[in-house]
This record gives sequence, C-alpha cells and structure tokens, in this order.
Amino acid sequence: MPLRDFRQPEFDAPEVVLPELPEDYGTTIVNMGPQHPSTHGVLRLMLKMDGETVLRLVPVIGYLHRGTEKLAESRTYTMVIPYTDRLDYLSSMYMNLGYVLAVERLLELEVPERARWLRTAVAELQRLASHLLWLGSFALDLAATTVFLYTFREREMILDLFEQLCGARLTYNYMRFSGVMADAPEGWLGRASDYLDVQEKMLVEYENLLTGNPIFRARTEGIGVISREDAVNYGLSGPSLRGSGVPYDVRKIEPYDAYGEVEFAVATREAGDCFARYEVRLDEMRESIKIVRQCLDKLDGMVGEVQGRAPRVIKPAAGEAYARVEAPRGLFGVFAVSDGTANPVRVRFRSPSFANLCALDHMCRGVKLADVVAVLGSIDIVLGEIDR
Amino acid sequence: MDTWLNNLWHSVTLGGNEIMRSLMVALMSLVIMLVVVLVVIWLERKVSADIQNRIGPLRTGGVLGFLLQSLADAIKLLMKEDLRPAGSDRWPFYIAPYLVFLPAFMAYMILPFSATWIPQDVKIGILYYCAVSSVPVLGIAIAGWASNNKWSLLGSLRSAAQLVSYEIPLGLGILAVVLLHGTLETGAIVRGQWLNPVLTLITLPALLIFLTAGLAEVSRTPFDLPEAESELVSGFNTEYSGMRFATFFLAEFSASFFIAALAVTLFLGGWSLWGLDLVWARDVFNWDTGKWFVNGALVPAAIPFLMKAFWFAVFMVKTFVVLWVLMWVKWTLPRLRIDQVLNFGWKALLPVALANLLFVSLVGAWLKPASDKPGQPAAVNSIVLPSVGPPCIPCITGNEDGATTGGGESMPMACP
Repeated sequence: MPLRDFRQPEFDAPEVVLPELPEDYGTTIVNMGPQHPSTHGVLRLMLKMDGETVLRLVPVIGYLHRGTEKLAESRTYTMVIPYTDRLDYLSSMYMNLGYVLAVERLLELEVPERARWLRTAVAELQRLASHLLWLGSFALDLAATTVFLYTFREREMILDLFEQLCGARLTYNYMRFSGVMADAPEGWLGRASDYLDVQEKMLVEYENLLTGNPIFRARTEGIGVISREDAVNYGLSGPSLRGSGVPYDVRKIEPYDAYGEVEFAVATREAGDCFARYEVRLDEMRESIKIVRQCLDKLDGMVGEVQGRAPRVIKPAAGEAYARVEAPRGLFGVFAVSDGTANPVRVRFRSPSFANLCALDHMCRGVKLADVVAVLGSIDIVLGEIDR
Repeated sequence: MDTWLNNLWHSVTLGGNEIMRSLMVALMSLVIMLVVVLVVIWLERKVSADIQNRIGPLRTGGVLGFLLQSLADAIKLLMKEDLRPAGSDRWPFYIAPYLVFLPAFMAYMILPFSATWIPQDVKIGILYYCAVSSVPVLGIAIAGWASNNKWSLLGSLRSAAQLVSYEIPLGLGILAVVLLHGTLETGAIVRGQWLNPVLTLITLPALLIFLTAGLAEVSRTPFDLPEAESELVSGFNTEYSGMRFATFFLAEFSASFFIAALAVTLFLGGWSLWGLDLVWARDVFNWDTGKWFVNGALVPAAIPFLMKAFWFAVFMVKTFVVLWVLMWVKWTLPRLRIDQVLNFGWKALLPVALANLLFVSLVGAWLKPASDKPGQPAAVNSIVLPSVGPPCIPCITGNEDGATTGGGESMPMACP
C-alpha cells in the first residue's frame, strides 16, 4: 500500500474571504482640547489617527468668540480701541495700531513726527515681547521647560517698559487717532536702550539652548513642511510665510509710521518647516532690536507733540478705509466703513492666526501626534484673534 | 545603633525568624525609600528652580522644608477624594499604581548603602533588580488601559514600547560590570571597586550607557514620553488623582533615586572612595560582624559604626551628585518623539552597548593572568593592590567561626 502523500492536499482549500474592512478601520478620533496644555488657549483639534500618526486634523474654533466686530458697530470710534486690545492679546499694541491707522485713513489725519517714531518703537518692542512669549511656549511644547522661564524674564522687562509708558501691562490702549496716548516718561528711552542690550545677550543664551540642540533639531527639522506655493495659496502671512521663502513683509511693501525711514532686513528661510519658522522669528527679534535702537536714537532729543489735531468728536465722512500692518503673527488688516455717524457701520479684522491655522491640517497630515504640538506651536496662533 | 543594624542585616539570619527578618528588611527599605524620596522631590523642585531663575518651595517647614514640604504635599494628596472616572475598569484601575510602586520599592533591597548596610545582600542581586524593574511597565500599561481615556492609552502604549526597548541596553550596561567583577552581588561589586579602583575606570563608558538607558527606564526628559505633558495631557496617569496619583509620583521619584544609586553602586565605587580609604580600613575590618580588630584586639563598636556612617555619607553624596546630573539633563533638554526614542534605543544605544561589552570583555581577558583557576573572576586578580597586610577579602568575609556567608566564594580576591 503506497504511503499517503501528505504533501498534497486532499481537497482544494476554499478561498479565504476576509470581510471587507471599513476605510477607517483601525483609526481613532482623538479630541485635542479645548482643555489641553498645548493648544494655546481654547482651541479644539479633532485628530483622526492611525496609532500615533495623524491622518487628518480639523480645528474647531469659536470658544473665545466675543463678537468684537459686532460690538464695534454700537460703539464710537474711540471706544473701539480697547476692544482691539483683546484681539491678539499678546500684541495689543499692534492691534491698536492697525485699527487706528484705518480710522486715520478714514479721517485723513496726519500723525506728528514724534508720535510716528514712538509708535514704531513700541510696535517693535511688542514684536519682541510677542516673539519671546512664542519662543518660550514653543520650547515648552517640546518640553524644554527652562527656556520658557528665561524668555518670560526678558518679556517682563518689556512689560515694565510698557507699564511706564501707558500704565498697563497687557491691554495697553495706547494708540490714539493721530498720535499716542502719552509721551515717553523721563528716562524711558535710556531704560529701553538698557533692555535692548540685555536682550541681545539673552538671545544668544536661548540659541545656545535650542538652535544647536540635536533633540530640538530632530523635533523641528522637516516637520510641518509647507511649500512656497501652498503657503501663498493658504494665505499664510508673517513668519509662517517667510519661513517658506516668501519675503513678504507689510513693513517693507507698504510702510506705515516710521518704517519707511528705518533700516532692517526681512528674514526668510527656504525650508518651510518648524525650524525655518523658528529661525525666521529669531532673526526678526534681532532686526526688531535694530529698529528699536534706530527709533530711540531718533527720539532722543526730538521735541514735538505726540498727539496731532484729531477732532473731539470723531465723525468721519461716509466712506471706507483699509489698513494693514505686519503684526508679530502676520498680516493684520482692518477694514472700517463709515456712514458719517459717530459709530462705524462695519469694522472687519483680517487676523493672521486664522489664516495660519487653516493651513494646519495641510502641515500635519502624516506626522506624529507629538509633532502636531510642535507644528501648532510653530505657527504661533492666538485664539483671541481667531475667534474675535 | 550599629549593632542593631548589623543584627538586622546579618545576625538574625543565623537562626532567627525568617518571616520577622523579611518583614524588618521590607520595613527598613520602605522607610529609607520614603525618606529619600521626600528629599528627592524637594531637591528636584529646588534644582529646577535654580536652573530656571526661580526660588522654589520656601515656606513650608522652614529649615526642615526639605523633608516637610513633600510631606505636606503628600498629606494634601492623601486627603483628596479618590476619583475613578465613569467607564473605567474598576480593579485594574485601583491596582495599577501599586504595581508601579511596589517594584520601585522592592529594588531598594539590594542597595549597599554602606559596608555591611545592605537590606538584603542577595547573591543574584543584579538579576533580581533586572526582574523587578520590568514589572512597572505592566502597571503603567494597566493604568492606561483601565482609565478609559485615549490620552492615557497612548501614554501607556508608548511606555510599553519604550521601557521594553531600553531594558536591553540597560541590561547590557550592567552586564559589563558583572562580567568584569564576576559576581551578581551588589555588595561584592562595590568591594571589588573599593579594592580595585581601575575597575571603575574600565566601566566608565558603560556608565554613560547605563545612565542614558536609565533615564529612559524612569521616564525622565528627554524620554518622558509616557506622561509627555505638552502632548498627552498627563499621559498614563491623566485620570488619576489624590493618593493614587501620589503613588505613581512616588514610584517615579523612587525609581529616579534608585537609578542614580545603582549607577553609583555599579560604576562609581558605591560607598567607597576608590581605595583612598582602603589602606587603613581593609585589613582591620570584619565584613560580617562589622567589627574591627587591631592586633587581635577588638576596637570599640563606635569606631566601625562611625566608619560605616562615613561610607554611608559618601554613598549619599555620590548618589545625589548623579541625581543632580539627571535633574540638570531633565531641565535642559527638550523631549524626543516616540519613533526617535525607539530608533535611538535600537539603532544607536544597543550597538554601542554591545561594543562596550566587547571592549570590557577584552580588557577583562587582558587583565586576567594565565595562572588563574577557571571560574575565577577575570580582571581583579592581576592588579597589585596597595596592600599593607596579608588579609584578603575571603578571609575577612569569613565569620568568626570560619564559615563564609554572603558573597564569600564569589569575592574577587584570592587567598594567599
């Protein structure tokens, strides 16, 4: 009797038919926020994840909506200025400035020389303060806790300067139509200059901690890349756009206040990743120091009014005006429409963080969960300005 | 005091009640651990404050703040409500903190705090540590799973991947020491370094490997992914509060101290001063009775006690220096990403650890003279010690009645 050949199957095995899996099999939806340590305010990100890899990201906004634009319609022009403080509360000076410039265009007002230079100086100090806070929180997102306290130490000095200037540390309400609220007090210019010296040294310290750090580089290089074309198409602005190699800066393109008369370079990087955006901001801080130095030199010894001839009751002729400024987070635009009464008919804010946040999904596809935090940190959003 | 301690460690073994003795050992380990951890937590806060231009905890406890601050925190946490989120797995959720805490405390059993002051000098001490240290990952995984929270789950899965990966380089780092000394007994390894400081030098590269892997094992920055605050809210312990959270916290700091202490024990000479204290102590010291004999006369008990207290201080100072380095690293570096952590562990640290093992075995073989009996530990014999008298370790480790206990036969010195 021949041995049974076990190598041959006695019957044809039925074909195994696997049940068809749904397209999103194995994926999870994770809610990041609105209560989460790294969403920089009350932002909610809905993440569709495969393990730790992000497939899709949907930002959910509106938790901080206060109806600023609507409120502006029932206030006089002057009463709106404090509301603008609360848009991007980390760069209130710039929010003031954008709105004030728009209304000045409506009223066709001239700004005195000294006020223009003061505005430029505080605007750049504000950029420094804002970038310092960003640097600290970005490092904190990557768990480099110490940098956060270092940058806050220097930011405190700027806040002290602002406090001496206008009495407030966060919501300044400093800009006025055709001028500023108050002139710099005695000795302020010298103190500001001292601060700049300190800041210049401390920038080196932050760089020592981060720029060359292999872990920091590994966490930021090649992460959250957005190409030049995509960056333009998404309407990015500010350091996020310049990090992708587009040298677009309102201060150069359409100089306001004294920006036409100061010398500075527009920092750009080609890579378009988190590290490029980090480098752009650090370069901008150095440029800001230069600008403030020039302003202080100019202001020193300059005499003159800081408040021009604005009418007591602001009633612009019917019409519309648009002003844009280069806020620390990007292009901040203000569109104001007047019908000849004391209240604006419409005030519309074009906020940079909103446009920057829109590109987050594009930047985050395929990255790890930890990178979402890094990318979100690198585009530097402020929810007050997004939700308005 | 000294007699009591010695009784505790050794004398009771000879005919004492095993259960009582085990309980006492456990109790001693627990007390040491708790006190040490209180100080370590305070120190972490102070060191981080120092690095970050802050002052740190100041008010609680006054000059005793280094003890009372953490104690006050613990009491506060103890009085909190014991919350369990809806939809969590009841018993796994309750058990997980203790699964993490218990091994962290069990490991203290093998730490030689000073000569003869070892809660339990087991012959397979290192192996015991390796076994015990792989348990916490289980607790962390259970905590993440039972919490019914996606952040916790992500944290615990990361933790599982990370801890398992880094146990291998950690083990290889330790293996270099074990290979060189030819013993798994922590007490004997320290004595080996005491008598033979060169061994400490040979294992310095292994120390770096051990500390790197150790950082990952205790999940400290740059490897703190399981709890990655800025990403995972609080990782595996997100849903824990009150004393259960404190238990995780305690375990973490206890593990941090233990890693530092083990690094000192295995790589930095333990309680010894690398033989600087050798000349005048080794010939007159009886390991097991802890007594000193000079010219056959018994020296008053206070002197050996002071001697051992001094060694204990040396051990603590060394450990806190290593701990300070770990804190320094923690408060300076950013965090790695999970795939980078795993890549680093498998593709960089593991090959380096293997190469180091090869290096140590070659050095060990080179130091080993041809006349050695097989089975004798490698390197130690060939190095001429600054000896002042005939006694050697196996002789002095022998009890007064001549029997050897503890690591007698695995001692690295040969009898003349």
